[in-house]
Amino acid sequence: MAGTALRGRLTWQVAKVESVTDETSTVRTIGLGLPDWPGHRAGQHLDVRLTAEDGYAAERSYSIASAPGEAVAITVERLADGEVSPYLTQELRPGDEFEIRGPIGGYFVWDAADAPTPLLLLAGGSGIVPLRSILRHRDQTGNGVPVSLLYSARSLPDVIYRAEIDRYAANADVEVTYTLTRQSPPGWTGHTGRVDRQLLTELAWPASAGPLAFVCGPTAFVETVAELLVNLGYPAQRVKTERFGGMGEA
Amino acid sequence: MGELPAPLDGNAIGGLLRDVFGAEMTAAVGTCAVCGAAGPLAECLVYLQAPGTVLRCRVCRSVLMVVVTRGDRNCVDLQGMESLQM
Amino acid sequence: MSPVSRGFHGRRREPADRQRVPPGQYVTADFPVLSAGPTPHTSLDKWTFSIRQAGETSKSWTWPEIQGLPAEDITSDIHCVTRWSKLDTRWRGVSVDTLLAETGQEGARFVLAFSDGGYTTNLPIADVTGGRAWLAYGYDGQPLPAEHGGPARLLVPHLYFWKSAKWVRGLELLAADEAGFWETYGYHMYGDPWREQRYAGD
Repeated sequence: MAGTALRGRLTWQVAKVESVTDETSTVRTIGLGLPDWPGHRAGQHLDVRLTAEDGYAAERSYSIASAPGEAVAITVERLADGEVSPYLTQELRPGDEFEIRGPIGGYFVWDAADAPTPLLLLAGGSGIVPLRSILRHRDQTGNGVPVSLLYSARSLPDVIYRAEIDRYAANADVEVTYTLTRQSPPGWTGHTGRVDRQLLTELAWPASAGPLAFVCGPTAFVETVAELLVNLGYPAQRVKTERFGGMGEA
Repeated sequence: MGELPAPLDGNAIGGLLRDVFGAEMTAAVGTCAVCGAAGPLAECLVYLQAPGTVLRCRVCRSVLMVVVTRGDRNCVDLQGMESLQM
Repeated sequence: MSPVSRGFHGRRREPADRQRVPPGQYVTADFPVLSAGPTPHTSLDKWTFSIRQAGETSKSWTWPEIQGLPAEDITSDIHCVTRWSKLDTRWRGVSVDTLLAETGQEGARFVLAFSDGGYTTNLPIADVTGGRAWLAYGYDGQPLPAEHGGPARLLVPHLYFWKSAKWVRGLELLAADEAGFWETYGYHMYGDPWREQRYAGD
C-alpha cells in the first residue's frame, strides 16, 4: 500500500495541534499537523508521548479517527483518574505540540480494496474510534460492502460521532444499532442493556455469509462479544479484536 | 487507585513490537511453546504496567515474550514462543 | 531532546527529599498496580507458605498458622524500579526471621521467593533476615488486596519493590544465587535503589 511502509523503525515525530473538537462531555477529537506523515490505514493507531518540564514522560496509544488520505485526527476519551487523557481533552489547545509515533497496526485494519465480505462492526464506548475510520474510509471510497454497526454506549449523549453515523445509516447497505447500557432518553424505542446473544443473533450477519467482524472497546466488552460471535459460528480468524484500557463497561 | 488494570492485547504494543522487530508485527502468528496454541500477536494478552512488557498465551497464560526497555535499547526474550511467523 | 508539552504535568509528583528518596525516583501518593500476569486467586483454606530446601519442604504453615504467629506493624518507604516511590506505607505481617527460625538453613546463602502464577525473585538470605523482611498480609490497616499481592506478599522495602514478591507462597533456600523472573530478563540480581541497581550491570 502506498505510503504505509511496513518496514523500518518508526521514529517519534513532533505533531502540532491544529484543532480540538469536543464530541461529548468527556470526549475530544484532536486534529494534528504532521509534516512527515506517510499515510495510514483504517483501524490503525498511533502512540502519543508527552514530556513535562522536568523530563517526566508518559506514553499512550490512541486510534486514528480520520480516514486514509485525510489529515490525522485522534479521538480521546477522558478517564476519571487518567494521567494523559485529562490533559489531552481539557488543557491542550491549537498550537501545542507533542510527539507521536505511527501509524501502527497490521491486524486490526480494513482496506476498501479488501474482499467484499459483509462487515460487522461492534463498538463498546470509545471503541467506536477505529470503526469510524473504517466507516469513513468505506464512505469516501464509495465502497458498497454491506455493513452492520452495533454501538454500545452508556447513554445517548455518550454516543460519539452520532450525526455522522446516522448519516451513514441513511444508506440501504448500512445498518446501525445503538444499545444504551446506563440511561436512555424518554420515549427511546431502541435497545438497552449490554450486548447479549439475543441482540447479536438479530443483528449479526449469519456466519454463512463469510462476514468479517471488528470488535473494539474495553477488555470486558471485547471478550464477551468475541465469544458470542464464535458461539454464533464465526471462525475465530474472522473476528478481529482490539481491547482498550479504561472503564470495564461501555 | 488500586484497581486491577484489565489486560490489553498485542495491539497495545504495536509500536513497541515495531521498534523491537523493525517491522509491523501485530498480525504475525506466534505459537506457544507450552500449549501449542497459535494466533496473531494482536490477540495475545499483554501486561504493560510492569518493570517490562509481558505477552502471554491467551489459552494457557504462559509467558510468550518479555520486552525490557533499558534507555533506548530493547531487550526481548522469545523463549516462550515455539515459532513466530510474519 | 523531546519537546516539552506545554501545560502537561503528569501524575502528581510530590517534591522529593533527596535524603529520603533514592536517585531517579518520583514520589507518589497513589499506589500503582503493576502486574506481569493475571491476578491469582487462591482460597485461604488451600493457601500455604513453605520453606523449601534441596527439593524438600522443610516447613509449611497454613493461613491460620501464619495468623497465629507474632506479627508486627511496619511503616516504610517503598521504591519501584519503574521510578515511583511511596512514603510511609503501613503494613502488617510476620518477620521472615520468625519463619526461618523454625527451619534449618545449612549452607543457604540465598533465597528464591516463589509465588502463585509462577513469579519468582531472588535475594541474599542476609537481606531477608535481621528484621529487614516480612510476610505481609495487611496493608493500610486492611487485609492486603489481591491486586497488591494479597492474601500475602513478601515485603523487603530496602530493595526495589519487584523483590517484594506478590502472592508469595514460599522461599526456596539456595547455596548459590539464582535469577528470578525479572532478573532473568535483565533486571539486577540485587536491586539496591540507593545505588540505582535497576538493570544487570548497573
